[in-house]
Amino acid sequence: MDHRPQAWGRPRDDVYGAYDASYLHTNGPKTATQSPIVTGTSVIALKFKDGVVMAADNLASYGSLARFTDVKRLRPFLSTSVVGFGGDVSDMQFLDRHLTELAIDEAYEHDNTSSSSETPATAGQLNAANLHKYLSKLMYRRRNSFDPLWNQILVAGFDSSSTPFLASVDLRGTTFTSPSLASGFGAMLAQPIMRRHAATEEDAAKLTRDEAVAIVRECMKVLFYRDARSLDKYSIAVVTRDGVELSEEEQLEKQSWAFAERIRGYGTQTV
Amino acid sequence: MAAMFSQNPLMNGPNYSVNDAPRATAPEGARQHRFDPYTDNGGSTLAIAGAEFTVMAGDTRLTSGYSINSRHHPKLFKIGGTTADQKDATIVLSVVGFAADGEALKERLDTICKMYRYRHGKPMSVKACAQRLSTILYQKRFFPYYAYAILGGLDEEGKGAVYSYDPVGSYEREQCRAGGAAASLIMPFLDNQVNFKNQYVPNSGEGHALQERERRPLSRSEVEVLVKDAFDGAVERHIEVGDGLQIMVITKEGVEEVLLPLKKD
Repeated sequence: MDHRPQAWGRPRDDVYGAYDASYLHTNGPKTATQSPIVTGTSVIALKFKDGVVMAADNLASYGSLARFTDVKRLRPFLSTSVVGFGGDVSDMQFLDRHLTELAIDEAYEHDNTSSSSETPATAGQLNAANLHKYLSKLMYRRRNSFDPLWNQILVAGFDSSSTPFLASVDLRGTTFTSPSLASGFGAMLAQPIMRRHAATEEDAAKLTRDEAVAIVRECMKVLFYRDARSLDKYSIAVVTRDGVELSEEEQLEKQSWAFAERIRGYGTQTV
Repeated sequence: MAAMFSQNPLMNGPNYSVNDAPRATAPEGARQHRFDPYTDNGGSTLAIAGAEFTVMAGDTRLTSGYSINSRHHPKLFKIGGTTADQKDATIVLSVVGFAADGEALKERLDTICKMYRYRHGKPMSVKACAQRLSTILYQKRFFPYYAYAILGGLDEEGKGAVYSYDPVGSYEREQCRAGGAAASLIMPFLDNQVNFKNQYVPNSGEGHALQERERRPLSRSEVEVLVKDAFDGAVERHIEVGDGLQIMVITKEGVEEVLLPLKKD
């Protein structure tokens, strides 16, 4: 029995070598998240004539394990905007709590129950553009302190002039906008499909709601076919000037895996 | 916390039975996913100073790796106007490199220019703004803004002024400068076409006795053609450059902005 309690419960040094104390993080930078653990895959979104459609599947993966199959990764904000999260799920949940607080503060600041004629965009509430700016500052600040929130975030809604708004921010605080956006695998698989229908803002402004929803659904199907970390259960949100319609129980329909038989050239298969 | 238990003043941590010295570094393979706060978002910028104008240009593509994140992400910003719409701004900043740092740098410089305007009741001169930008960059010497900045405007005499920077704040005033991904493609072209490098008067001598072509300031139309040609060339050979060409021309009348198409492939 070792007489020093500090040595109790540790691997024996004469067998395993000295304990590597660098893992104890007694000092140095905070390392809350230095790599993502439970993750969500792509989020995709597309602008149309009078709003934005966004979709993400309901899966939270633990590496290659499909760990949680009922995780909602789209979050409405003040029923005027939608925020979609890809990347680390714990960081998403942190941001979700943070946004809930923000939404409550906003609701107290701007009581728009009395003037129902005003649209949320004109009522002085935080619109999607404001929210995106807020999140981008938050993410950039966290990257500056080497304690990033490991997410790629899409924000959809309307800007101050009440035109459809869609923008992205990632773990480094990089922001950008486009008529269609997709994170992760979606950037390779879904974005080309969406760009075929809405290459420019003008093209996107011609899309009807039904067309946009159909395109996004098609993209979700392509993603499920080819992204191994995806699920056939997904959420879809449509933001219009009337508010947010969010459905979290969508099921991929009319799947056909016939194409799979024709795939050649992977693994041990040679003919 | 660990220091409380330490029985050996030389060691700042708990004591061990056999080999007491903790390893200074983590073993190979540990912590391989360290966070890298930087990326390169591609794109290219360009600025040319004329006799009484300055032309600033930048493509509008934003990339990450082989992906195009956005086809319209401007790299040119008017700086130091009275209001947010920058209607009366006389200075233009271009940033290329890491987009988030570029954005942060632009916001910092803009607020500082606005504060200057409110405190002194006059807009900041390009010279002062250029010095201040260098200071801002150098303040982050040990965690730099990974952005190549170019500042353009008109100097006190009304001549075109271009100031170019490295990420830690070294700067100089120049006649022209290209920055970003395709800088190495555009800059030699500019040396030849703006500063007439390697251009000699025909039949003026042999070898070193050759007389250099006399330098003259270019006209605005010449510069505008040059800018478009420079970017058309860069787009052809660099995958991170393309989509749109944003041009700002600073004259004593103000800042004119145009957006031209570039190849989207």
